[in-house]
Amino acid sequence: MSVLAADITAGLPSDTGFNVPIAQIPALLLPALGDTLIMVGIVMTIVVLVGVPLGSLIHNLAPGGLFENRAAHSVLSWVISIGRSLPFLILMAAIVPFTRFITGTNIGIPAAVVPMSIAGIAFFTRIVENSLRSVPIALTRVARSSGASSLQIIRTAQLSEAVPSIIGGLTINTIAMIEYSAIAGTIGAGGIGYVAVTYGYDRFDNGVMLATIVVLVALVATVQLVGDRLVRATTAHAAASVRRRPRGPSTPLTRRPSTATEPTTRSATS
Amino acid sequence: MIRVDQLRKEFGHGAQRAVVLDGLDLSIEAREISAVVGPSGAGKSTLAQCVSLLERPTSGSVIVNGDVLSELSERELRVARRRIGTIFQSDGLFSRRTAAANIGLPLEYLGVTPAESRRRVAELLDRVGLADKAGHYPHQLSGGQRQRVGIARALALRPSVILSDEATSGLDPEATGAIVELLKELRDDLELSILFITHEMDTVLQIADSVARLDQGRIVESGHVLDLLADPTSSLGRALQPRRAHQPAPADATVWAVTYGSEPVPADWVGLLAARLDTTVSLLGASIETLRGTTTGHATIAVSTRRHDLVEVEFHVLGLDARRAGSEALLELETGVVA
Repeated sequence: MSVLAADITAGLPSDTGFNVPIAQIPALLLPALGDTLIMVGIVMTIVVLVGVPLGSLIHNLAPGGLFENRAAHSVLSWVISIGRSLPFLILMAAIVPFTRFITGTNIGIPAAVVPMSIAGIAFFTRIVENSLRSVPIALTRVARSSGASSLQIIRTAQLSEAVPSIIGGLTINTIAMIEYSAIAGTIGAGGIGYVAVTYGYDRFDNGVMLATIVVLVALVATVQLVGDRLVRATTAHAAASVRRRPRGPSTPLTRRPSTATEPTTRSATS
Repeated sequence: MIRVDQLRKEFGHGAQRAVVLDGLDLSIEAREISAVVGPSGAGKSTLAQCVSLLERPTSGSVIVNGDVLSELSERELRVARRRIGTIFQSDGLFSRRTAAANIGLPLEYLGVTPAESRRRVAELLDRVGLADKAGHYPHQLSGGQRQRVGIARALALRPSVILSDEATSGLDPEATGAIVELLKELRDDLELSILFITHEMDTVLQIADSVARLDQGRIVESGHVLDLLADPTSSLGRALQPRRAHQPAPADATVWAVTYGSEPVPADWVGLLAARLDTTVSLLGASIETLRGTTTGHATIAVSTRRHDLVEVEFHVLGLDARRAGSEALLELETGVVA
């Protein structure tokens, strides 16, 4: 990536603000965009795989949860808060030895994925926890008295009910990770951020700078749009009106409450 | 049948210890609906949690069909809970599942095959009169319909005991009436024992065979609904059928508070009384209804004679319990001091 960028800029005059000809900006930005997508994709996969179980765990360790444990809850909560409290740039620098231990390097995409995942997991765990907290506690009681195991309770009475809220949080989290990937560009992780820093910032190339901004805005807007669509599709209130309308002549929403009209057939069952 | 034996539940330790249930005894036969009433904070919801085995009692036991369920291990408890179906207040449905999927939850937890689950859910939907609402989400159903879904879900695993925890609270009177009728029908068809926890006295009259009043963790009064209503000294009976304000008595007349006893009372007793005493009898206020074939209620009348002994004899013959207004006993009745 950086080799390609070096080739493009090699023979260009550097005294104007527009170093890279406009025609060549896409060739510079598209591979960078690809790098950003790969980076954010890998990170978000790790974040969801770790954050959902971790968020469920911390929610259920809290008072009133399924495995109430004050000590374990405090410890876990503290660890997550520490992860949340460091600005990403500082976190990234602070864990360089750990990153090198895991990936064997401290530059490039692999090196960026480690701090991004840590920051993302801490973020997403809180989002999952917060989403689960907004699910009525009565549903956990319903599931328990219906004979559910702890895992079944978490899956059906907690996570499943919180899906729209978690997807909403996932959207916020993904956008934050796009932002972090730009910061990670400063340690040579590649991606849009790297282009913005090396061309826009270091070389005062306003054309490239502008183009990276446009790409980032478009990317974030797309993520938000997809996220909003998914939230709508997974919310019963919003989705049902679309899904169910073709079935009957009158929509259930407009029907007046009909509890008083006695049910017609009752065969002896059970 | 279900029996609750010397149930005790404490929360907290040491100085902060709070006794929420203090040695409760309850027994509900098959085909019986027993209500537990009480003010908020009396321990009703803790009782519900203990009976549905969500909370372990501190001591005492919950016995279903002869099996002591409160002494099981956590794993056995999960299985035991399936023997008691619980109907929650109307917010107990999963918002992202259709009516059918909500009813199928206990079957899903149990690991029933999808085909069998579908058959059972269809059966249950039909049973509660919602066969045409299978694909509806909770927000598309009325409060009464949602509660029918809750009832169907409670029945999914064929329990012999149903616990209804404020199931009709928050429903309008029409919906409450329909739910009450459905529960009575299910009780008869499926030979259920139903523990009906509520704070609504009206609903108790409609549904319950027997009733217990819970106050500060103890059962302070209990009995068959009809017996309590026929007993003018029962404060629970009075709470079920409260005496309301009556019109003022004519001058020189004596006011009597009359309660229907357990013996049948002739419908024309006011006329009979006037004829036999050869005097005027004025009806000042009354509340009379027929529950399970027995007429119960009370009336306040004014009799224009001073021969109280004669009046008392006539009341006795008519099967009515009567107390003179102004007498000490009646004052206590009206202010509800009688224990």
